Amino acid sequence: MAEVMAGGPLDRRDVVRRLLEGRKDLLVVTGLGSPSYDVMAAGDHDGNYYLWAAMGSAATVGLGLAVAQPARPVLVITGDGEMLMGLGALATIAVQAPPNLTIAVLDNGHFGETGMQLSHAGRGLGLDRVAQSCGFPWTAAIREMGQVDDLRARLGAREGPRLAAIKVRPENAPRVLPPRDGVFIKNRFRHALGHAPI
Amino acid sequence: MGRPAAIPYNASRRIPTTPEAMVAAEDLDHAAREGWRTDLYRVLKQHDVRHIAYVPDAGHSEALRLAEADDAMRSVVLTTEEEGIGYLAGAWLGGQRGALLLQSSGVGNCINTLSLQTATRFPLLMLVTMRGDWAEFNPWQVPMGQATEASLKLMGVQTWRADRPEDVAPLVRGAATMAFNGDAACAVLLGQRLIGEKQWLK
Repeated sequence: MAEVMAGGPLDRRDVVRRLLEGRKDLLVVTGLGSPSYDVMAAGDHDGNYYLWAAMGSAATVGLGLAVAQPARPVLVITGDGEMLMGLGALATIAVQAPPNLTIAVLDNGHFGETGMQLSHAGRGLGLDRVAQSCGFPWTAAIREMGQVDDLRARLGAREGPRLAAIKVRPENAPRVLPPRDGVFIKNRFRHALGHAPI
Repeated sequence: MGRPAAIPYNASRRIPTTPEAMVAAEDLDHAAREGWRTDLYRVLKQHDVRHIAYVPDAGHSEALRLAEADDAMRSVVLTTEEEGIGYLAGAWLGGQRGALLLQSSGVGNCINTLSLQTATRFPLLMLVTMRGDWAEFNPWQVPMGQATEASLKLMGVQTWRADRPEDVAPLVRGAATMAFNGDAACAVLLGQRLIGEKQWLK
């Protein structure tokens, strides 16, 4: 890993806003920390499920949701540190192979929430290559907004699972906090899908 | 009310007098001892469980085999047990029920991720096969085995222990009822006495 490039040129808020622009039936799961703030900043939505803890679980929540809701596109938006904590989930997802699941890793190469320590991704590990090795049929490392548009255009296509490592600048945008009441978020999300509380 | 007349079949089954009867009695005893393995699957099925997330253990193998063969059930093999908590949270968000099958050592892997259940309250049914709690050959299994039930309780999981075959179905049914009707985390611990000693030296 001689050549190290931590993060990349894109602005994380621009990326997330673009991915969610004009969303219709898209369901979104966010990893704890900045990705949750980024998705909230793009506009709260009944079809958003924000994680505030359980680091490493964003991708597996997305998997369970994608399998239970095969007609809906599911987008997991998380960070490189969060994805690294659940790296085995990429193997689990590849085996289940839900065609409607996409994982967008906002890869700034750092643990941004805790003081910008360099992550494995920032030290050269390519999460898209890991997903590709696991057997994801579509993966990409994204450095330009045009590629983000291309990814957005693919969200509805049933040819996943997909994973994109989107190289964003290692900087913390102003915090835009989603609701922290997990029961509320869960019930709101399920209600939007037509499921009553117990 | 008078006491009903004693039914003699029980005695005759217990004390077989011919070689054929001995074989039949052994078969019956074996079925009574081992029936809990299929009970696991049957009770899950009765509670409309559609997803079985698991890291395999021998005690679950029959239930896993039946689940794999069931087109209405999704079997999800995990690399580590806490993936199952996220998976089942997601499946429930999407409107479907599941269960997590794991060994006691895997409970240790789940601790922090159990926060997801505590914070959002979704039905989390766990069937835990025990190691390190009775006649354990491998001392390395003992620390987590001894800490399993306390760890689950520390994280807010309700627990029950099954050490006898006849207790498995009612305890799993009870746990499933309380998980799915209470958005609760409920674990049934399947004891090592129930599963049987692992044969290390053959």
